[in-house]
Amino acid sequence: MDKKMSEWETVIGLEVHVQLATKSKIFSGASTLFGSSPNTQACNIDLGMPGVLPVLNEEVLKMAIKFGLSINANINSPTQFARKNYFYPDLPKGYQISQLDNPIVEGGGLEITLKDGSKKKIRITRAHLEEDAGKSLHEDFEGLTGIDLNRAGTPLLEIVSEPDLSSPEEAVAYLKKIHSIIRYLEISDGNMAEGSMRCDANVSLRKKGSKELGTRTETKNVNSFKFVEKAIQHEIRRQMKVLESGKRVTQETRLYDSQLDETRPMRSKEFANDYRYFPEPDLLPVILDEDFIKSVKDLMPELSEEKENRFIKEYKLSDYDANVLSVDPNLSNFFEEVVVRSRNPKLSANWIMGELSAFLNKDNLSILETKVDSINLGNLLSRIEDSTISGKIAKEVFEEMWNSEKSPDEIIQEKGLKQVTDSSEIEKIINQVLEQNQSQLEKYKSGKEKLFGFFVGQVMKASRGKANPEQVNKLLEERLKE
Amino acid sequence: MTELHKLSIKEKLKGLKDSTFSSQELTESYLKRIKKLDNKINSFITVLEERAVRSAKESDQRYTSGSALPLDGIPIAHKDIFCTEGVLTSCGSRMLSNFISPYSSTVVKNFEGSGSVVLGKTNMDEFAMGSSNETSYFGEVKNPWKKDYVPGGSSGGSAACVSAGLASGATGTDTGGSIRQPAALCGLTGIKPTYGRVSRYGMIAFASSLDQGGVLTKSAEDAAYMLKTMSGHDPKDSTSLNVEVPDFVKEIDKEIKGLRVGLPKQFFSMNMPEYVEQSINESLKVFEKLGVKIIDVDLPHIDLSLPIYYVIAPAECSANLSRYDGVKFGYRCEDPKNLEDLYMRTREEGFGTEVKRRILIGTYALSAGYYDAYYLKAQKCRRLVANDFKEAFKSVDLILSPTAPDTSFALGAKTSDPVEMYKQDIFTIPANLAGLPGISVPCGQHQGLPLGLQLVSDNLEESKILRMAHHFQLNTDWHKSWPELD
Repeated sequence: MDKKMSEWETVIGLEVHVQLATKSKIFSGASTLFGSSPNTQACNIDLGMPGVLPVLNEEVLKMAIKFGLSINANINSPTQFARKNYFYPDLPKGYQISQLDNPIVEGGGLEITLKDGSKKKIRITRAHLEEDAGKSLHEDFEGLTGIDLNRAGTPLLEIVSEPDLSSPEEAVAYLKKIHSIIRYLEISDGNMAEGSMRCDANVSLRKKGSKELGTRTETKNVNSFKFVEKAIQHEIRRQMKVLESGKRVTQETRLYDSQLDETRPMRSKEFANDYRYFPEPDLLPVILDEDFIKSVKDLMPELSEEKENRFIKEYKLSDYDANVLSVDPNLSNFFEEVVVRSRNPKLSANWIMGELSAFLNKDNLSILETKVDSINLGNLLSRIEDSTISGKIAKEVFEEMWNSEKSPDEIIQEKGLKQVTDSSEIEKIINQVLEQNQSQLEKYKSGKEKLFGFFVGQVMKASRGKANPEQVNKLLEERLKE
Repeated sequence: MTELHKLSIKEKLKGLKDSTFSSQELTESYLKRIKKLDNKINSFITVLEERAVRSAKESDQRYTSGSALPLDGIPIAHKDIFCTEGVLTSCGSRMLSNFISPYSSTVVKNFEGSGSVVLGKTNMDEFAMGSSNETSYFGEVKNPWKKDYVPGGSSGGSAACVSAGLASGATGTDTGGSIRQPAALCGLTGIKPTYGRVSRYGMIAFASSLDQGGVLTKSAEDAAYMLKTMSGHDPKDSTSLNVEVPDFVKEIDKEIKGLRVGLPKQFFSMNMPEYVEQSINESLKVFEKLGVKIIDVDLPHIDLSLPIYYVIAPAECSANLSRYDGVKFGYRCEDPKNLEDLYMRTREEGFGTEVKRRILIGTYALSAGYYDAYYLKAQKCRRLVANDFKEAFKSVDLILSPTAPDTSFALGAKTSDPVEMYKQDIFTIPANLAGLPGISVPCGQHQGLPLGLQLVSDNLEESKILRMAHHFQLNTDWHKSWPELD
């Protein structure tokens, strides 16, 4: 398989649907809050009642422009809405208001970091605004389909990439980059489990070196980074089998089944071929003048790439650390809050990427749900910095902090973990240890100097880790020379 | 007292103010006429008797307390295309024959805010598609002037009810002539204002870029009162114009001397019945006497209007009517076997022939491979027509023509020939394509059936149109005659 694979080249383009985090819907005043009881957040407009008309929510324009500017794209003015016609029970009007010609964002691109650390530019074709449909609930009613139109009219930004991605890993890196951008811009919560970010993958294969694109399939609605990777992997294997057997790939829409880990064709009734787009007569073309675009630009936050560079420069972080800490705006904010207190960026980075993320993973929590907040973590690290405790003890304190949510100083106090830095205290312990380990001491003196480490360990153990390790080393060395 | 319905709106307002009669008396006199006469013409789908009396009483209280509103106590009717909260809003279709609207259109609210009394909802061609009011699910409307003749359409119920004296005035909508043509056929004044002047929110859509609300009344003066009430910017309609609304009533008295009226060569070179031409010529003489100049104008692309319209309007309607699928509201077929069956039978049974014809035409015109040749080309040609008007208005203030090619025709005469029916709107469609305001004014009669002339002006010049119509009516009596029904 691998050998065969090397003859083929994968071409992937992604369509990413991002739900924009506006308070109200794209064409009505109804709330966009997730998780309310069915049909309680759908007004006459969302329901497509006879006679209703859409009114564009200006916030969505700002959000789309922010995205466009962040990927160096053109902002089209005027930008035009269009009707995309198809029948489906959760599409109340029988058409979706979307964009075809003159989408709000056109062109631009972004850089992804590949495994070997090199960067690759992925071009973006366009990003357009549209309304989300409702949801069909097939499970809850026997023999019937329930329709929940709460989601109908939620603003979506559909981001379409050029077919510049050549592996499932690259596709995931691209998705993660989009995810990072939209969260930095605060235009979406990017919550894939709740459907705030969904992805359709266009995949095709061609013989290596060939310039022509192969026939592609579109795999719809893949809703996690992992599933995107698996769905594309599956699709590559499937298409290769088809092509290797001399058959042709059918251009079709497929659905990824995460339980069976396979893609399968959608019934032809599940999608329409001819959407009969035409300009939406209920909405005039929107003029986005330079002043408006500038006013949006002025409100843009620092983006991950700028932040990454700043972390390298300002905090002297490694490229790797800076990259990891800048991808997620919540994580980078947390990091900077910790540094304010710890005053040691490298130490802070190590702890956040090491201990903290291990605990978060263990409890399956996001950085926003952490049980040790940035203030407490910063204070804990400052106790390492001022030699109150050792790094090892700090880990013990951290675990206690995680479980009790107490402050580090409280725990250090309660458990008497304050580091021993008094030389006479340490000397006392050294004497004790040497007395209890006469045979080892003799061996050491007869030349087995490797045992030095053993003594350090014993002293640290006897102090229950509280002795300052540097001092232990120094005093022990002096004592053994005697 | 029996002649209350013959008073103008201005006279009614004075009578109410002076307590010569109460709104309740006025309203009840209309309700009595409706009960007595509407079975002959079928102009109402719903009569709101209790509701009308209730709001009439409220009007009377406001007159007593000295807080009367601009149209307080004036009984009117709404075309059944305007959503009215808590009331059947059928759009003349089986599809919405059970649809009680959960909200009111901006037009309905504007009239509520002006104190007018709503007598009921008027019959119409199904989804406003038709020129004879024969496509209504609620039965054909008859022309009060000759009861085996059509009232025109699609606002045929509104035209018939005002013409028969069953309401002071009625709202209508005009996509290709649906206010002006029935006004002409029923001897009324009917104005379609500039596209965007009247909010479309809650006005059930047929062809969004062409639909415009307006009024049908006995006189231009009555029309000015009603249009003033219904016009104005509406933030709920993105295509609504954010411009000041002139006081049409005040403006109406201004002189018309010196205004220039253009006669499109293309219209007048067509074959038209002698009596139509004659009525126009006599009307021109009236205008000339009033100091109006008559000039020939050229609208070189005007003959494209009908084909343009019958691509764009069906295209937009094919999308606008997709929401009637039996899922959320309105008619649903019995025992659907599956989703496709639900869609197919609901739409097969819920829509009438003409509506289905237009949905099919529109779907075809928008289909892949045909879009450029039909829809896109029609849009380009539409711009040519609009430019023709723009050019013409450099040398004239108004453009005059007959409203309809002929007087009313017998019920059933054109139902089997849709293209013949479509030709009814040959003079009215161009104003819709260009978004311009137009009015139809009674200008003659032939064999007991009314004739109308049409005036079209540049954008937002409804005042000029109403003024011209008003001065014409000060010097003619066509608008004062009533059909004999009783």
